[in-house]
Amino acid sequence: MRIVVCIKQVPDSAEVRINPETNTLIRDGVPTIINPYDVHALEAGIQMREKTGGKVTVITMGPPQAETALREAIAMGADEAVLLSDRAFAGSDTWATAYTLSLAIGQIGADIILCGKQAIDGDTAQVGPEIAEFMDIPHISYIRKVLDVLPDKIVVQRLMDDGFDVIESSLPVLLTVVKELNVPRLPSLKGKMAAKKAEIKKLTAADLKADEKDLGLKGSPTQVKNIFAPEAKKDRKMLEGSPEEKIDTLVKELVGLKCI
Amino acid sequence: MYIKVRRELCTGCEACLQSCPYDAIVMKEEKAEITELCQLCRACLSVCPEGAISEVREASDAKETAQGRGVWVFAEQRDGKVAGVSFELLGAGRGLAEKLGTELVAVLFGGTDHDAKELIGWGADKVFHCDDPLLSTFNDEPYAALLSKLIEEQRPEIVLTGATPIGRSFFPRVAAKLRAGLTADCTSLEIDEETKNLLQIRPAFGGNIMATIFCPHARPQMATVRPRVMKRGAYDASKNGEIIKISAKGIASRTKVVETVKEVSELAINLQDANIIVAGGRGMGGEKGFQLLYELADALGASVAASRAAVDEGWVPYRHQVGQTGKTVSPKLYIACGISGAVQHLVGMQSSDVIIAINKNPEAPIFSVATYGIVGDAQEILPMLTRKIKEAKGL
Repeated sequence: MRIVVCIKQVPDSAEVRINPETNTLIRDGVPTIINPYDVHALEAGIQMREKTGGKVTVITMGPPQAETALREAIAMGADEAVLLSDRAFAGSDTWATAYTLSLAIGQIGADIILCGKQAIDGDTAQVGPEIAEFMDIPHISYIRKVLDVLPDKIVVQRLMDDGFDVIESSLPVLLTVVKELNVPRLPSLKGKMAAKKAEIKKLTAADLKADEKDLGLKGSPTQVKNIFAPEAKKDRKMLEGSPEEKIDTLVKELVGLKCI
Repeated sequence: MYIKVRRELCTGCEACLQSCPYDAIVMKEEKAEITELCQLCRACLSVCPEGAISEVREASDAKETAQGRGVWVFAEQRDGKVAGVSFELLGAGRGLAEKLGTELVAVLFGGTDHDAKELIGWGADKVFHCDDPLLSTFNDEPYAALLSKLIEEQRPEIVLTGATPIGRSFFPRVAAKLRAGLTADCTSLEIDEETKNLLQIRPAFGGNIMATIFCPHARPQMATVRPRVMKRGAYDASKNGEIIKISAKGIASRTKVVETVKEVSELAINLQDANIIVAGGRGMGGEKGFQLLYELADALGASVAASRAAVDEGWVPYRHQVGQTGKTVSPKLYIACGISGAVQHLVGMQSSDVIIAINKNPEAPIFSVATYGIVGDAQEILPMLTRKIKEAKGL
């Protein structure tokens, strides 16, 4: 089984804050991590390999520094890693990102492609399904359980708002995963050694034989017009007095607002 | 277009580094340099004290904008029930259509004639309805294929749907196929007065910043919109509209939905439709603490939600989770108990009408979004609150 896992290096969004004076992001000392959902995708890929044999390739598109994320993935158990890095990719939105990744995955060859449900910086959840469309293969989103992996077929549970669907798909297929799917393993000592030595394959726009008009900003239908800080909340009342007095005031206010 | 640093003007002060939300600026030989991470957000332009950073426009920026007419709302249904967000989008879509002087169209896959008529009552001028059984259950490939086909034939200007598991899964396929711009999980939509482009506003970085996205050339302009942020219009049962039946002939699928399983605990039912939500976090201390929440919820007729911390501890199932990686809710009343208010939680509930925060720590960020704040131990306060509410309701 040829398994490809798409990962993204992201700033740990829990640590990102806005500077209220300048309206810009405070990023000093904000660490970068592998997008948490992608770690679950990688775990799923490794588990599939353990069951069916084959190879797990991790791929990312990003700046040269993204190599760190790929090495972390190898430490966890991926067999090989591919970095898509080129100035021509600058300004890619989800359309151009997915298109670029789909060309690379097409070259690598894949029976199962795994992605995290979404990345925690952009939160779009769009790149996975878009890759599937570009590659003309089916996709299933929000996988929370893999029931069966056969040479030509996969059966999974898809998490929905009100329960789950059991879905069967032919291969090749792209799956996006939620955190309930598994508990990611920690890198082993052997993995860490392998990560240090691993050769990271690097691909540029020229290697993908892509038309420049489909890449980066030129290939991106959407653009960011501006960014700004979210509005701060209105008037707030801190209730004073003994606990009983606070609750009496609160209940009175709620009755007044017809909340109860 | 791209962003350029004029090296001769750059003093190496690094002011721009901090301004970049994408970490796209690096120092090279003591000068700033824009890397391929740049998303062209222009945040750095005004920050540079030397005016060394500028945007450079290229000939290709002036491409013709493709034509299109009509504002479309894809109305999703599950088990024959049209999702509430569809009606909200018809409310918002009506405003957009009026600003553009165009029609408002709904698209319905599955569902009945009655559902189609209801969409007209909520504001649609026209409904494209496919009642082929192939589409009665959501399935990405046939949904994407049929909607793409319809858009190619009819060429709408704007296509919206709810940012639900369904919309967020199959809309990307449609956008990829049509080379359309798609913006995820928008919380506000506006029309640019000058260009008539759709301005799509959405949170990013876990709600730490808001971004305005637009599609300068590509059409249609597509967006998924967060449920419960747009307002429904008034329902008019007597409104006239056209229902056009469409066929799913030639639409195939390589995936099959074998089974659909409902799995919702009673108290989480319709968390997103709940009027009152009682939510607990780490400060509830455990399952025992959550019992106090259930009692309060019972007295109020409320649903129970939780922060990620409480879900990760295993005190409550994931389905109850509110926040960035859970559900977004905006009830009339949200009572946050023992929740510190990490920004990831706040983005999921801060649009609630009235927010009550109960937390031991007076510095907890949850108080920044609260309408009423009580500093104190939720585990001690809740039983008293439950009792007083019962009294007030005469129970």
